[in-house]
Amino acid sequence: MTDIWINMGPQHPMTHGLFNLRIRVDGETIVDADPILGYLHRGVEKLCERRDYTQIIPLMDRLCYVSSLTWSHAYCLAAEEMMGIEIPERAKYLRVIALELQRVASHLMWLAAFGPDVGLITALLYAMREREYFLDMLQLMSGARMNQNYPRIGGVRNDIPPEFPHKCLKVLDYFDGKRKLYRRLLDDSAIFMMRTEGVGYLSKEDAMNLGVTGQTLRGSNCPIDLRTHDPYEVYDELDWEVQVAKEGDCYSRYTVRTNEMWESCKIIRGALKKMPKGPIRVKPPKRPKGQAFRRTEDSRGEALIYIIGEGGESPYRLKVRSPVFANMRAVPVILKGHTIADLLVIMGTIDVCIGETDK
Amino acid sequence: MIDLYGISYGIGEWFMGIVAVILDFFGQWITPFQGLADWLMRVETLNLLAILIEVMIMVVFVSIINLFIIMWIERKMYGRLQDRRGIMLPLPFRKIQKGTGFLQNLADGMKLIQKENITPKNADKWMFDIAPAIIVTTSVLVFVAIPFSETFVVAELEGGLIFILAILAIAPFAVLLAGWASNNKYTLIGGMRGAAQMLAYEIPLILATVGVILLAGSLNPVEIVLAQQRTIWYGIPLILALLVFLVAIVAELERLPFDIPEAEAELVEGWLTEYSGMRFGLVFVAKWVRTYAGAALITVLFLGGWSGPILPGEIWFIIKSYIVFIIIVWTTWSLPRTRIDQVLNIGWKRLIPLALLSIVIAAVFKWVGWF
Repeated sequence: MTDIWINMGPQHPMTHGLFNLRIRVDGETIVDADPILGYLHRGVEKLCERRDYTQIIPLMDRLCYVSSLTWSHAYCLAAEEMMGIEIPERAKYLRVIALELQRVASHLMWLAAFGPDVGLITALLYAMREREYFLDMLQLMSGARMNQNYPRIGGVRNDIPPEFPHKCLKVLDYFDGKRKLYRRLLDDSAIFMMRTEGVGYLSKEDAMNLGVTGQTLRGSNCPIDLRTHDPYEVYDELDWEVQVAKEGDCYSRYTVRTNEMWESCKIIRGALKKMPKGPIRVKPPKRPKGQAFRRTEDSRGEALIYIIGEGGESPYRLKVRSPVFANMRAVPVILKGHTIADLLVIMGTIDVCIGETDK
Repeated sequence: MIDLYGISYGIGEWFMGIVAVILDFFGQWITPFQGLADWLMRVETLNLLAILIEVMIMVVFVSIINLFIIMWIERKMYGRLQDRRGIMLPLPFRKIQKGTGFLQNLADGMKLIQKENITPKNADKWMFDIAPAIIVTTSVLVFVAIPFSETFVVAELEGGLIFILAILAIAPFAVLLAGWASNNKYTLIGGMRGAAQMLAYEIPLILATVGVILLAGSLNPVEIVLAQQRTIWYGIPLILALLVFLVAIVAELERLPFDIPEAEAELVEGWLTEYSGMRFGLVFVAKWVRTYAGAALITVLFLGGWSGPILPGEIWFIIKSYIVFIIIVWTTWSLPRTRIDQVLNIGWKRLIPLALLSIVIAAVFKWVGWF
């Protein structure tokens, strides 16, 4: 067979979202790859210039439909830095709990999508079942399952209900009990190891040069997690570890993601224990002036928000740096020489979310 | 035991008797009708009719009653494996079904019949149409030689096993044909994969049966089962061959650890992508028929066919084949998908040596004189 170009997308079961991955194949081997993005461009950055600071929060929620809370939180952090306000201690803890709940929910959604990628549809239903409990917790906290609109500039919208800590610990206990199930379903399966081990190698140098962040970087033996390297909220006061894997293949990216879920559970437990009493919100100043950027560890990598205020109702400019957009650059590098079947596993471990990629 | 031929002959004779009486009555005025009535009641004609009725009963049993049961078992079973309830269609006959959803497959079939049958513009129309027909006919044709009991068999062929394996081996050709004729890149790759995989797994499949043939000393499935009744189920001495056969048949049926030709995440629906409407439904259903054929084949070759105490033979056969089917379903829904090169590696490097080893084991058993 001579070389042919195949469109993996925009309407294709491989794509977790609306993008097109054109691949040139020689038989089954991928010779070249070309990701085409932009099908879901909504002009979020431009929309922000016509809204006041509070109205941007729900808009930021809609950047990523799987991990919305982390994005509105990143925006709030940047806005607070620009306005120069310090938020109350209790609000910080509440934010950490909400963020980690969202992170586990997002990773479970990734696991649910990764299951069918390697051909295990059973994993999808199991992961979705667990995700439901975490969404319930987010709902108890903020009232919404998907676009929570929970953080505010200067704190959080509302305090948690009194029964929340008890229920949350129950969910975490339940989830810890499921750890063995996932290990037996995926890690212990010889076929799963055949599919992921040694597949999709990305070296540390390549990863750093290409601007890859998040789990993909940590899977290539590079222990950079912004929660410890550029600490925000109260992550540095809590007891947890950055998850790293050495090999740089799909299995190490998988282990980093799954281990992060258990680590997030640990963070939530610690935050629930340490959380002080007190106010949850301070009033932000109106018509702020200045500029600031803050980067946070999103569920998929490094999310950066750069905001400029010129004394008006709304920001002059707001820039979003999407982690997946940068990670996509590594895709052609990783893909070269692999087969079509490996493409799924590799794209699965990159964890594409097109909402934030196309903005 | 149900005597399939006897029943068919009886039905044919009874029906032809009525026709002959009517023809005789009109023969009073139209003389040629009397000769026709005599011809209809001849043994040769009734034999032919009996064979046709046999085939009809078998097709109705295998591809309607049995098919609905196994589809229901699979969908309900993997629903439970995935912590779901599975199918539970409430309509119609709500009272009889009681939330089991037994008729869901019927409803799905009705839906597929209503759908438009689209042929792609650039497809090779004739080939595109004929590929599903080949797959469906070969799938049903396997049951001609599979004995459900000593007498419940359409044709007791001397080379029955060869016939079954040969019929199963036609499918890769149709898969390649379907993939190529659709004129689509996904289907082309799917068809190529399907042909490569099925051809690779024909060999261990056939080699695994050689041990059984050696022990039984016959190619006739009925004889093989009778030989097992005299000695022991061949699954026990030839456990290695049984395992090889099970893996090979799962690969041959394109079921999940090996469903590379239609890996829905990478190739949309593989070689099936361009099929729509009832053509798709037929191919899809033919997969279940083939799976059941595989389970029935394992039952015949390794699990003693219809032998078993108390219950009639047919019931034993069905129980055994359903258990094998459930094992296949269980593995299907708890294992991830392999890659094409890994599948071929497993086939050529692992299964063929193991199958050869099982032949040696069988030969040793025969030489020692245990069988």
